[in-house]
Amino acid sequence: MTLSVNGCERVVPLGTTLAALLAELQLDPLMIVVEHNRTILRDRDRFATRTLGDGDTLELVHFVGGG
Amino acid sequence: MAVAAEAATDTPCVIAGREFRSRLMVGTGKYASPAQMLRAIEASGAEVVTVAVRRVDLDRGKEEGILYHLDPNQYFLLANTAGCFTADETIRYARLARAAGFNEWVKLEVIGDQETLLPDTSATIEATRVLAGEGFKVMAYTNDDLITALRLEDAGAVAVMPLASPIGSGLGMLNPYTIRTIKHRLHCPIIVDAGVGTASDACIVMEQGVDGVLMNTGIAAASDPVRMAYAMRQAVDAGRQAYLAGRMPRREIAVPSSPLTGMLDA
Repeated sequence: MTLSVNGCERVVPLGTTLAALLAELQLDPLMIVVEHNRTILRDRDRFATRTLGDGDTLELVHFVGGG
Repeated sequence: MAVAAEAATDTPCVIAGREFRSRLMVGTGKYASPAQMLRAIEASGAEVVTVAVRRVDLDRGKEEGILYHLDPNQYFLLANTAGCFTADETIRYARLARAAGFNEWVKLEVIGDQETLLPDTSATIEATRVLAGEGFKVMAYTNDDLITALRLEDAGAVAVMPLASPIGSGLGMLNPYTIRTIKHRLHCPIIVDAGVGTASDACIVMEQGVDGVLMNTGIAAASDPVRMAYAMRQAVDAGRQAYLAGRMPRREIAVPSSPLTGMLDA
């Protein structure tokens, strides 16, 4: 299935969970914030059970230097 | 030394019931390296440091994430909404920042013009009202306009942050009168944000009686950012003390400091 991750298309196996996607991207869940189909996920404990679907949109953001 | 220490007493900077140990707040952008940024922040003595919310760059790796360099237990992370041009976009960024899990504070910026980076004040008021209603502690960046500042306080801002001059301009404070008026009329803390270019600018800002000052480029774009950070720290302290001391009245005539009597015959 195809996801949109930070504006780029990404093909992942059917049934991929959010936790699995982050692991593949080598991202520490504690260091980022995830917005899934425009919903901000505040509970990181649920990443493991959050299944992604074809056409889903994910935004993965973090803090960077700024004024 | 005892007299000097006594003379230097000041009440802490309190915003929304939280005490901050420094009246100088600093940004984390534009440094040559994370190491330089850290040394500059340390030299500034700041507790509040601002950060921006951006997409993780999946090609370049995670190292640009500031949490890999900045200890959130040592500094108070104040997320900004820099780069946002609408109230809705700003609200989305603020919610993302809060979900990072550090605090519910946000430095709200809604930019109204790409060239000057001046704020969209009506959108800022709108976003402030929404976010304050959601429990955010909103520190609202705005221009040096009293009416907007009053509206922001009414909308629930815990601090109002008028600019000294445009973001990144280094022009210093262009209108001390309006800054003083805003400080005089509002009840919430006033933190001047943007435009400070060198230590004397920071000192003059603090001499107006505002509660604090926030800067980024003034430190980061100096030839020696660490030294400038230290200079800013001293300037903020000096300006604050001068305000508390109460300056002498300005007058356009000279008044001698030495006695007029006791002079020798010519």
